[in-house]
Amino acid sequence: MSDSLLSLRRRMLLGGLAAGVAGHALARPAVAQGSGPIRIGEINSYTAQPAFLGPYRNGWILAQEQINAAGGINGRPLETLHRDDAGKPEDAIRIAGELVNAEKVAFIAGGYLSNVGLALGDYALQNKILYAAGEPLTDALVWSKGNRYTFRLRPSTYMQAAMLVEEAAKLPAKRWATVAPNYEYGQSAVRWFRELLQKAKPDVEFVGEQFPALGRIDAGATVQALERMRPDAIFNVTFGVDLTNFVRQGNTRGLFENRTVASMLSGEPEYLEPLGEECPEGWIVTGYPRDSLENPVHTAFREAYRKRFNEAPKCGSVVGYDLVLAIAAMLKKAGSTQTEAMVDAFEGIRYPTAYGTGEVEFRKIDHQATLGCFVGRTKLNGRIGGMVDWRYADGANYLPADDVVRGWRPQG
Amino acid sequence: MDSLIVQALNGLASASSLFLVAAGLTVIFGVSRIVNFAHGSLYMLGAYLGWTLTSHGPLAELGGFFGFWGGVLLAALATGLIGAAIEFLLLRRIYRAPELFQLLATFAVVLVVQDIALLIWGPQDLLGPRAPLLRGATEILGLRFPRYELFLICVGPVMLGLLWLLFHRTRFGILLRAATQDREMVAALGVDQRRLFTSVFALGSALAGLAGALQLPREAVNLHMDMAVIVEAFVIVVIGGLGSLGGAFLAALLIGELHAFGILVFPRITLVLAFLVMAAVLVLRPHGLLGRKPSGLLPAAVPSPPLPRAPRWLVQAGAVALVLLVVLPPFLGDYALSVMADMAMMVLFAASLHLIMGPGGMASFGHAAYFGAGAYGAALLAKHFAAPMEVGLVFAPFAAGIVGLVFGWFCVRLSGVYSAMLTLAFAQIAWSTAFQWVEVTGGDNGILGVWPSEWARGKLVFWYLALALCGLGVVLLRRLLYAPFGMALRAQRDSPLRAEAIGIDTLRVRWVGFAIAAAAAGMAGALFAYGKGSVFPSFLGIPRSVDALVMVLLGGVQTVLGPLLGAVAYSGLQEQLVRISDLWRLVLGVAILALVLFFPGGLAGALRRREDDRA
Repeated sequence: MSDSLLSLRRRMLLGGLAAGVAGHALARPAVAQGSGPIRIGEINSYTAQPAFLGPYRNGWILAQEQINAAGGINGRPLETLHRDDAGKPEDAIRIAGELVNAEKVAFIAGGYLSNVGLALGDYALQNKILYAAGEPLTDALVWSKGNRYTFRLRPSTYMQAAMLVEEAAKLPAKRWATVAPNYEYGQSAVRWFRELLQKAKPDVEFVGEQFPALGRIDAGATVQALERMRPDAIFNVTFGVDLTNFVRQGNTRGLFENRTVASMLSGEPEYLEPLGEECPEGWIVTGYPRDSLENPVHTAFREAYRKRFNEAPKCGSVVGYDLVLAIAAMLKKAGSTQTEAMVDAFEGIRYPTAYGTGEVEFRKIDHQATLGCFVGRTKLNGRIGGMVDWRYADGANYLPADDVVRGWRPQG
Repeated sequence: MDSLIVQALNGLASASSLFLVAAGLTVIFGVSRIVNFAHGSLYMLGAYLGWTLTSHGPLAELGGFFGFWGGVLLAALATGLIGAAIEFLLLRRIYRAPELFQLLATFAVVLVVQDIALLIWGPQDLLGPRAPLLRGATEILGLRFPRYELFLICVGPVMLGLLWLLFHRTRFGILLRAATQDREMVAALGVDQRRLFTSVFALGSALAGLAGALQLPREAVNLHMDMAVIVEAFVIVVIGGLGSLGGAFLAALLIGELHAFGILVFPRITLVLAFLVMAAVLVLRPHGLLGRKPSGLLPAAVPSPPLPRAPRWLVQAGAVALVLLVVLPPFLGDYALSVMADMAMMVLFAASLHLIMGPGGMASFGHAAYFGAGAYGAALLAKHFAAPMEVGLVFAPFAAGIVGLVFGWFCVRLSGVYSAMLTLAFAQIAWSTAFQWVEVTGGDNGILGVWPSEWARGKLVFWYLALALCGLGVVLLRRLLYAPFGMALRAQRDSPLRAEAIGIDTLRVRWVGFAIAAAAAGMAGALFAYGKGSVFPSFLGIPRSVDALVMVLLGGVQTVLGPLLGAVAYSGLQEQLVRISDLWRLVLGVAILALVLFFPGGLAGALRRREDDRA
């Protein structure tokens, strides 16, 4: 065998490995601290959840462009590397390693699914890297698994459930049934709703529950099973395609007639709009009344977004936009991209939300932001649903007492 | 009582929908023996096309009765054409490749279709129109029941009847049945197989498209439909008996009804019910409810020459590679090291599956169960007993091996796709245990803080650890193949009867092989857990089992080197593409298609072919 052939084979054998390694061995040199752009590594389940994360990334891009146009952070522009974790926490950890070690980002951000958020939070703790979570809702992220390096923007499962409980307790309904997707978010939403509602109104009774598999609800059977419980009211946690199918079957079968429904997140345009004319009337929901929320800050945001992307913002857009605003405020205060300095600056940082409802604070006690959301009723306007009779529920008012939080969160 | 009757009707409506999808799959499998992973994608395309035709364009403007039903039928026809095109352009070229290799091709089609659907229809869920004449509900026993569901209940039996007529009263159908029973004989009698295969693929695809389009009035069209339906459809086909239409109908009824009533008693049962039923049916009836014992060889088994000793150049190349892997890493960055460590684990994972798939002749669709068993074994020890990494790494292969012994005891008794589907059922049962037993496993939030011991925290040390353990695992698996046990394993694959005749206990050989493969996968899983610092149910989910399958098939089933090359190529490609493009699934799918078309023997097969050419 000739030498050239031998080396050819060796190359073929090693080809795959080389493909995996070459890119990184030659990775661009680290950007020197203090000059050039501030690099942010952003990880999200873009291919697994495109409907929600497309608007989120747009919001992020808009905020970043506005900040950079205004001169960046102390003269340094922001630069973000967006990566797809395909909805798998183990991939998210690998990508975090890539961003931190090969791309030399200053810190990581993102996360949509709760388990991805928790995995990144644990990565942040182990590697002493700052992690700014946007979307993950799980309470564990800031409480039972909370840590020094993890911060979270969105109102958590507990907070959203507490907002709905406040409204639900005013209803005459006594018999409640629940329907929730069968995973951590659905289970904890139901648990908190039950616990808080029974505390607020001891005579309520929970007559049954349904836990369809996420994304695969058998809507007809589920609706019938709920009907069979003869509840006065229903607490719904399903979202996305499950919600759409559930609502269509429920409408046809009259499940929602003479019953009140309290529903998590269903007032967000990303979940309400796909329902089209099926949008149910009078559900109590948490969400984002985009078209009727008029104040200078929010109107400016909505118009800027529409101009840039030629579509209306979604709730995710606000999350992406706000997260960048919070990060910018933090970076300005920290004055450096050293992790410890950034963490110290993040604790207690305040920034103005795109909702236009004032300033939001990242609490020092548990790193949860006090961003709230809107609680209102659904209503069909023409061919598309929206929220009416809404009010802004400030997140700060829907968190447990400080000593309770301290008890839940690992201290030290 | 009344509400129970209505609940039974709900079950019937679901059963009809399931039957339509499963019917297409079972017809295609019966004739062509192709495990068509893309069947769910065709179903999804049918739904999307149906949505487009009924809400945009000339038919939608026509509106009303003909607008809707015309759109639905047209969508089914269009999907049939797409299916025919897939067969014509892709599958036709690889019929002579080892069976199950077509699975790889259809998997690539799944990836491509996912991104194409996203590009064409966008990410939003799309809610179709309600069906004209069947909009509202009708009162049954005082409860409202949608008319459309009543219509669906009728569609299933009617379709079964039409297919029966097609199969028993037309020449085409008789040929199809003949081909299902004995392909070679049909070919020998001068029937043009290629036309038969294309048309059966078109028929099956059209059924999938019809099933998808018929969902329009009851479900929103979305990008996850393909995966949601394909597994369920496979389960039904297997419960019914591969290739049996009547069986598929019975199985759909069984699953639909059990599901409708199951959620009344156990609201959380939906995740696992179908798999429990499949496991029970397969254990009691190894060929499904109405299936027949398949004739011919096992799907994964291709009579192949005895394993050759590695040629000298290969040994030399391997030695050079090993030296490089030991010498180079200190000069590499942390990220490169962690990627290489991941690859080493994937190599061991693929090699372990290869042991049972290649030499063992048993396909496994649920190999992630053992990977996950190792990972969870180590993580549970760490969480509940604060065990250090060293203990976890020793314990993990035993944990996975024991799980392998238990699952394997059932699986090795079956053959072919039935055995593979039983492994899938067990893997799903294991997955749902990890997912739902929140107190112990943490549910889908997983177990965090499974970090290596202090000395192994550095990426370089961890790489050497991974290289040592995975390398050792691969070498041991390889030694095993050339040892008497490996020969017995290959003997029972190539000729079970003769193997029995010379005193090999084929069942026991398969069983032990299964457990050894499980233990090796468990080792890889435990290392993976320490590398990531956490474990999640996705470690034993279907996508990871598919990854293992893809790696082995890509590399080549019948070579020892195959799984190594396949694992490195697949995980390397995936890792690189995610960094480059949002459309990485499309690119990865096209890359796999290219590899499938150019190297039908897998990557290692291509190497060997060059060797043969030269000889």
